[in-house]
Amino acid sequence: MKITVIIFVAAALAAAVFAQSVSEIAYDSTPNLLKLPANLYLGEAAGVATDSKGNIYVFTRTGSMLASVGGSRVFTRGGARLFEFAPNGAFLREIGQGLYGFLFAHAVRIDPQDNIWVVDEGSNMVIKFGQDGRVLMTMGRKPESVNVPAREGGGEGGGRGRGGLPGAGIPGDNFNRPTDVAWDAAGNIFIADGYGNSRVAKFDKNGAFLKSWGSKGTGPGQFDLLHAIAVDAAGNVYVGDRSNKRIQVFDNNGSFKTMYTNVGAPYAMCISKGPHQYLYTSNSNPSTSMDNGEIYKMELDGTVLGKFGHAGKLLKEFGTVHEIDCRNANEVFAGELTNWRVQKITVRP
Amino acid sequence: MKPHALRSVLALCAAFCAAAPAHAQTLTPAQLAAKAKAENVPEIPYESVPNFLKLPPNLYLGEGIGVATNSKGHVFVYTRSQETRLFEFDQTGKFVREIGQGLYGFLFAHAVRVDKDDNIWAVDEGSNMVIKFNPEGRVIMTMGRRPEAVEGLLETPPAANVPPAEPYLFNRPTDVAWDANGNIFISDGYGNSRVVKYDKNGRFITSVGTKGNGPTQLNLPHGIASDAKGNIYVADRTNRRIQVFDNDLSYKASYTNVGAPWSLCVTPGPHQYLYSSNSNPDNSNSEIGAVTGEIYKMELDGTIVGKFGKAGKQLGEFSTTHAIDCRNENELLVSEITAWRVQKIVLHPAAKAAAAK
Repeated sequence: MKITVIIFVAAALAAAVFAQSVSEIAYDSTPNLLKLPANLYLGEAAGVATDSKGNIYVFTRTGSMLASVGGSRVFTRGGARLFEFAPNGAFLREIGQGLYGFLFAHAVRIDPQDNIWVVDEGSNMVIKFGQDGRVLMTMGRKPESVNVPAREGGGEGGGRGRGGLPGAGIPGDNFNRPTDVAWDAAGNIFIADGYGNSRVAKFDKNGAFLKSWGSKGTGPGQFDLLHAIAVDAAGNVYVGDRSNKRIQVFDNNGSFKTMYTNVGAPYAMCISKGPHQYLYTSNSNPSTSMDNGEIYKMELDGTVLGKFGHAGKLLKEFGTVHEIDCRNANEVFAGELTNWRVQKITVRP
Repeated sequence: MKPHALRSVLALCAAFCAAAPAHAQTLTPAQLAAKAKAENVPEIPYESVPNFLKLPPNLYLGEGIGVATNSKGHVFVYTRSQETRLFEFDQTGKFVREIGQGLYGFLFAHAVRVDKDDNIWAVDEGSNMVIKFNPEGRVIMTMGRRPEAVEGLLETPPAANVPPAEPYLFNRPTDVAWDANGNIFISDGYGNSRVVKYDKNGRFITSVGTKGNGPTQLNLPHGIASDAKGNIYVADRTNRRIQVFDNDLSYKASYTNVGAPWSLCVTPGPHQYLYSSNSNPDNSNSEIGAVTGEIYKMELDGTIVGKFGKAGKQLGEFSTTHAIDCRNENELLVSEITAWRVQKIVLHPAAKAAAAK
């Protein structure tokens, strides 16, 4: 008991120590942002993104992943859905209903051409849709069947899929519980891969594998749960190395440049557009606690400009923020896991 | 039974019952263990409204797990159907709508309750979540978290090895109640053996209970209710007792003579009553069913007012009662696991009083 208390206090101090000198940024949240039709509900809002028109895309864990018993194998389907809303939050449409690759939502991002990309941690796929909602490109492959139970290896990142041993950083075209996607100005694709494989994979714009870097560990260039990825206008790659509680920065070819260790565990990150780019990162509360939860606004060089928010269930509070979108520098969309909600945050710096 | 016959039975009982109930030797050991200890409890006359809930074609209740009413008398039923689903009916039993179709938190229904502001709360034992809907049927708060399917099936730990309870996660929660300030009390449950108190915004305040049979220990807290003073009544089912805690979850009392409390409710109003069901087992064990299934009406201090009902499949009988709503003291809604139905029970306590004269 005493040991537990000491550990708890030490953890609380460690969590609090870096945050003291950071100024608070004033902010608002738009009430009742998303309007869903009757009997359509968001589940965990794992992914949120906006396009150039301001439309809002939400990739949510909803319904249930279903298993069909087929002879000696079990086949899975369902459990994730992609919805599009107008800038005012009015529901527009569902995209990809019943899609083979939709099992367990992790992220949605919109590229500069307004294509819609989803990253599915359950099917191990990254899927690119055009604005018409049709599939343009698929990356990775859904395992043909999943054994139930499939928890191998134990612990977070227990192996599933085709990435080889957990954390091995196996290069190539297939993913093991991927988490996020980003692009550089040339259209090269960077994928955070992920819970299982602990690597960043770089592909050209046509999906041909170029290279990958990283494996599980704590050294520079190593990862422990890379959970978010973003690329700046110069092509630098920012990786949310969540369990290592740091953001690692690489050049376009994966050479380590620097890391930022003073903003907690980066569950979600985004980089704003425009001539002066900002980096936002969320030190989200785990679903087991209401500690932390603040979002930091930073310069690309790691200078912390301020922070806002904390964990909670009310408007302006955050319940395990899982993806953030910051197309506009002072407008942050936050997708929350445990609050089943997307908030539109207006930052007033 | 005619009044004079009843009187002679009572007279007979007055002679022996205190020492040894006349019928005790005819019960098996299992029946003796299952039977409520209370003796000579007056029967409350009652009837069940036939065909109360009217469902549209091709819509069916499964196991009638949760039932609750709102301030307008609308009836909410949380059922284990092919999917776990939540239905709303009006006060006449006419189907109004479904709420939460396809919801991420709907996996295995356990309880539905309606708070004083007519918000609808569902407790799901499969997703380990408590979900608050506003009266319009939109989700406005979630508590607990559904385990991630992508992690694969979690092995059920042996009973002796349940991991420590987390403040914000549940392990097969069973029921929810509130005090006048909106503080939230959750019975949690099959996996954790505790009751947790949160403030109205879902922030953890305190909890009580570990698995066991001592005071403040719990063995399957299966239902929970609060009175106007903020006392908390916990159906400690496997321990076959109702435990009463104050608003800070300090122990106050135990009521041990009404069998295994599967479900509890407390009536509103100036004189509050506590109803508790000694439900027959859901494995349809007829040996135990013969001595269980009745619902008790009690004063809040544990004094038994009367009882009604028995196990069975007919109208007015109960097939493993799983929830009771008693917003109206003499018009109860009773949901049953094994009969896949909800009954509206009308009590006639006045008729009993008249007959006794």
